[in-house]
Amino acid sequence: MEKVIQVNDVKAWYGSLQTLKGISLEISKNRVTAIIGPSGCGKSTFIRCLNRMHEVVPGAKVEGKILINKTDIYSTQVDPVEIRRRIGMVFQKPNPFPTMTIYNNVASGLKLNGVNNKKVLGEAVEKSLRRAALWDEVKDRLNHSGMSLSGGQQQRLCIARALAVEPDILLMDEPASALDPISTLRIEELVQELKQQYTIVIVTHNMQQAARISDYTAFFLNGEIIEYDITENIFTKPKDKRTEDYITGRFG
Amino acid sequence: MTRSHYQNALDALEKEILKMGSLVEEQISLSVTSLAKQDSKLAQKVIDQDDIIDVLELEIEEQILKLIATQQPMAKDLRRIAAGFKIITDLERIGDNAVDIAKTTLRIGNEPLIKPLIDIPRMAEIAQNMLKEALDSYINEDIELAQSLAAKDDIVDGLHAQIIRELLTYMLENPKNIKQGTQLMFVSRYLERIADHTTNLGENVIYLVTAERQDLNE
Repeated sequence: MEKVIQVNDVKAWYGSLQTLKGISLEISKNRVTAIIGPSGCGKSTFIRCLNRMHEVVPGAKVEGKILINKTDIYSTQVDPVEIRRRIGMVFQKPNPFPTMTIYNNVASGLKLNGVNNKKVLGEAVEKSLRRAALWDEVKDRLNHSGMSLSGGQQQRLCIARALAVEPDILLMDEPASALDPISTLRIEELVQELKQQYTIVIVTHNMQQAARISDYTAFFLNGEIIEYDITENIFTKPKDKRTEDYITGRFG
Repeated sequence: MTRSHYQNALDALEKEILKMGSLVEEQISLSVTSLAKQDSKLAQKVIDQDDIIDVLELEIEEQILKLIATQQPMAKDLRRIAAGFKIITDLERIGDNAVDIAKTTLRIGNEPLIKPLIDIPRMAEIAQNMLKEALDSYINEDIELAQSLAAKDDIVDGLHAQIIRELLTYMLENPKNIKQGTQLMFVSRYLERIADHTTNLGENVIYLVTAERQDLNE
């Protein structure tokens, strides 16, 4: 199994508060890796380190090594903007650009990258919306505002927007936690579809969701990785007592 | 402990499984006693009591389904519940085997036994004890006790073979013995099956505790 992301002893801080205390793990290509753990365990910080978004917070600091496709993403020769293009991110709350149409929401990333050809843009928008399983619902109103969509549709629009720039990796930070159950299931189905083409790292509070959609699961606690294994093992026979306590709801 | 309602439900489930187990245990002993003493009334009691066991099985099954649907059990809780689901199936089968023995008592009725029953009650005692130990190992999560069932099952298998051989000689000697001899062979087979079911229980206990599969009936 090809390892797309190799993380070695990554530490992160917000000011003097250390949120990651030496994380090492490898993430497999075309697989879904879930990061679970209680609030404040560092799981969101971790995925923000993977596309150099942690450092944009004032006072934040990262140490350690992260290789993506063998490239050290924290090397001085690497442009963080290029990193973020190759590694898409979807957030907890759908955040379409409020003043843009559905079409422009998806096309924005490509336009920023200098693509102006209408035909190319139109094809990319359709392809991305199809991949995000939203095309059929919006194809007749691409010039409507992105805000005219339901929450679940908005989240799929954000996924389409992330996919439009052809990333290799998709990071998802609680992508379904603000959605109703039906929209949640659509996102989960979508994740399964997308892993054919992308490597997906998903942070989730919802353990059942992690159990349903991921191939690998990492359990984080207090900035450390406690257990990392294939998902089935984590949920049926965890090795560490702390993992057991967390997933059976006996924590604390 | 943060999920007290859930924990209570798990405890209640275990209690019900134990209740079912001790009823089944009693059925084994009553059925073989009815056979040895040619007591049709006792045999009928065993047959009637089986309904209670069947109802109990369904009730426990519902409890389990409800726990799965509402609590999404994980890890050891999940294994405990999965083991419980299988354990009640084995218990119900053991109960059925006891009924089969009781029915044999009714079939033989008052006709004189072709031989005094010695090995069959011995076998029943071992099988019943295996069931008790299997249930103890479940409650105490005692893997060693669960594993010890394999050796006891071998003893039961040995007795079964011996009983078959012995009954065959009776039947060869006198064809009039064939009818009852065959009935008793079945009884021996039922007891042998009961012991097998208890090894299944033991296997489930080992899975529950270690998450590993182990064959106790090779």
